[in-house]
Amino acid sequence: MNNSLKLNHFDSPKRKLIVPILLAVVALVVVLVLYLQNPAVTEAVLASMIRQSTPLILGALCGILCERAGIVNIGIEGQMLLSAFLAYMTNVWTGNLWLAVFVGLLTGAVLGLLLAFTSIQLKLNQIIGGTIINILAIGLTGFFYQVGMTTKGKISPIALPGLSEIPLLGPVLFNNPPITYIAILLVIVLQIVLFNTPWGLRTRAVGEHPRAADTVGINVFKMRYANVIIGGAIAGLAGAFLTLEAVGSFERNMTNGRGFVALAVMIFGKWNPIGAWGAALLFGLANAIQTQLQFMGTNIPHQFIGMIPYVLTIIVVSGFVGRSRPPAAEGEPYEKE
Amino acid sequence: MENTPVLETRNITKRFPGVLANSNVNMQLHKGEILAILGENGAGKTTLLNIIYGLYAQDSGDIYINGKLSPITNPNDAIKHGIGMVHQHFMLVPVFSVLENIILGSEVTKNGIFIDRKKARKQIVNLSNSFGLKVDPDAIVEDLPVGVQQRVEILKALFRHANILILDEPTAVLTPQETDDLFRIMRQLREEGVSIVFITHKLKEVLDIADRIIVMRRGEVVGETVPAQTNEADLANMMVGREVLLRVDRSPAHPGNVVLKVVHLTVKGQSQMHTVHNVDLEVCNGEILGLAGVQGNGQTELVEAITGLRKYDEGEVYIDEKPIPANNPRALVENGMAHIPEDRHKHGLVLPYQLTDNLVLCTYYQEPFSKHGIRNEQTILENASSLIERFDVRTPSPFVIAANLSGGNQQKVIVARELSRQVAVVIANQPTRGLDVGSIEYIHRTLVKLRDGGAAVLVVSAELDEIIGLSDRIAVMYRGKIVATVDAASTTREEIGLLMAGAKKETVLQ
Repeated sequence: MNNSLKLNHFDSPKRKLIVPILLAVVALVVVLVLYLQNPAVTEAVLASMIRQSTPLILGALCGILCERAGIVNIGIEGQMLLSAFLAYMTNVWTGNLWLAVFVGLLTGAVLGLLLAFTSIQLKLNQIIGGTIINILAIGLTGFFYQVGMTTKGKISPIALPGLSEIPLLGPVLFNNPPITYIAILLVIVLQIVLFNTPWGLRTRAVGEHPRAADTVGINVFKMRYANVIIGGAIAGLAGAFLTLEAVGSFERNMTNGRGFVALAVMIFGKWNPIGAWGAALLFGLANAIQTQLQFMGTNIPHQFIGMIPYVLTIIVVSGFVGRSRPPAAEGEPYEKE
Repeated sequence: MENTPVLETRNITKRFPGVLANSNVNMQLHKGEILAILGENGAGKTTLLNIIYGLYAQDSGDIYINGKLSPITNPNDAIKHGIGMVHQHFMLVPVFSVLENIILGSEVTKNGIFIDRKKARKQIVNLSNSFGLKVDPDAIVEDLPVGVQQRVEILKALFRHANILILDEPTAVLTPQETDDLFRIMRQLREEGVSIVFITHKLKEVLDIADRIIVMRRGEVVGETVPAQTNEADLANMMVGREVLLRVDRSPAHPGNVVLKVVHLTVKGQSQMHTVHNVDLEVCNGEILGLAGVQGNGQTELVEAITGLRKYDEGEVYIDEKPIPANNPRALVENGMAHIPEDRHKHGLVLPYQLTDNLVLCTYYQEPFSKHGIRNEQTILENASSLIERFDVRTPSPFVIAANLSGGNQQKVIVARELSRQVAVVIANQPTRGLDVGSIEYIHRTLVKLRDGGAAVLVVSAELDEIIGLSDRIAVMYRGKIVATVDAASTTREEIGLLMAGAKKETVLQ
């Protein structure tokens, strides 16, 4: 009886793994072939992929925490943008990069608190709540940003001793700035937290069937607040990444839709951190290739090449996701009887 | 039996807007006892249990555990006091495994951080072995049949060391076999010293399993007894507060012309079990045809096809010799068909709508409820008020949304809407499922009255007693076919039972 039950179940864990593993093997072979042909370009593209994917995976992790707990967060874009701005301003004023990162985290968390408050306490429509955050961020940053501010610098890469000497892998994975390392670490930590700890079990329960969680004594409101605030802080880290690590300065609307692409990444990754990481790497790769193509100069107009990541978003979200199921209680305010 | 009750409520009172749900309720539960709380829909049984489990706060009154005053303000308090509750609508996360559902909120951990699945699995297997609750800890809950899900709920309570188990209408969703299984489990739990309170309105069950019976009516405890000193009729009277007829009172039928005619109807389903094969059916005006069969032999599909909810592959449906277009419920309504659907939430009501709107769901566009496409709120309200009165729907107001009524009252709303119209054909699928004796009596009388008024009535029911009590002729369905149609007056329970189980017509009806 045990076996038949397991075999009948559509999403058996083993079956789930086959496709990603196959894809990974194919990708690995392609990368090796390319590396043997042109090591410098391959390394550059892959390193760029990691950099490009960092804000996406951080944004997606924010989305995963929120939605797993039952709160839809479409305000990731705004959380990233305002955090990027305030982190940058802190850097301008104090020159203290770590304080700037902290301000980024805090800004994201506060905006998370705002979303949690509107959707849990006020039971406001969560799409509206997220939109408020997006508009607020565009308005505030647009109003207070002044051109011509300078900073003392940005966060520089740390080469991990030994590991960074490995050919191909070293420069791509082990010679990155700290927020990039943290992002990869967070993927693994959150994967374990969500699926192997009481906190994760409760978070998922609250997002699937809040009343069931309530009847076993879990505080639904507390779990939702906590997850949305922590998620906000992670989105804030993505913002800090943009201004402190990637670019080093702020521009109007510099998130450029990454918060929304992060939602696509979350869905493509089926609300799993590891899955989302794979999706983020794919999008990062699309971006990296796009940049590289423009660099090398082709006959295709650059506007079309620039479309690659967005076209990929549409294709992936509309077709390739397959049957994936969002948390059942997502978007519904919980009311105690 | 010990003198100190393990659980006692003293003078519990709870008022909801417009209803006094519990009024000075006193109840005692002793160690190793199965206590049944019997009462009609809306008698306040579930409210009382929800108060004991900390889901509602009482307005006044106290709860004592083992003789000690124990305030319970949330489920955590209840769990700490060893109380476990199995809700009528299960509180299980469908996409979680059995194990995850059981440990949720009381997780077994290693190093204080990680869930220790191995240890948890061992504990669950031990529990299920010692209480005879067979279940695979790694199965996903949504893949399990209802009866097994209920076992998971019981395990969930036992895993939290519950020695007082509260079961809210545990048999409402179970097949007869599953009910037998549950009773076996309940008896075993009693052997192990667990005390059980369970709610029901099914009289037979109470007499079968309970050690002691408390009867509630309109929020008050109106009586207490033990099975040995009572019988079904007494209990029914106590519950309803007047003489109740447990048998259907009806005169012989005077069938006239064929009104509903089903010819060669075939529905191809996903599997052999869910298919209707070439079914012919005729229901005359002035008669009740009962459709008997073990659940899952095609009755649902047949009824859905007849009532326009499902496409069929071959065949025709006629009302008064007029062919009816397939898959078109409105055409059926306009030709005088009333349908009481099997799944009242899915097909019977729009749950977030007020009763006023639910009561005109199939006629809202017609006069007098609408004129030139604009609703007449006044007549819609008048219609609702009069139907609520006539069909005894217990609701604080006609503006309450359907989702907030108890199951029995929801059923009454559907019956009120369907049977108050001018109807030629009535299709009633499980018309009294989940209802108390008073409401059952009322619905049965209404069906018989419609028959005597010249309607053709088709009743589908899983309750053999209901079929036999109500029908003039009985058609038995087995594996998608009508295997026999018999005269209700000249058949017996046993014969129908054998036909339902697949016995050949010739061997049964010699």
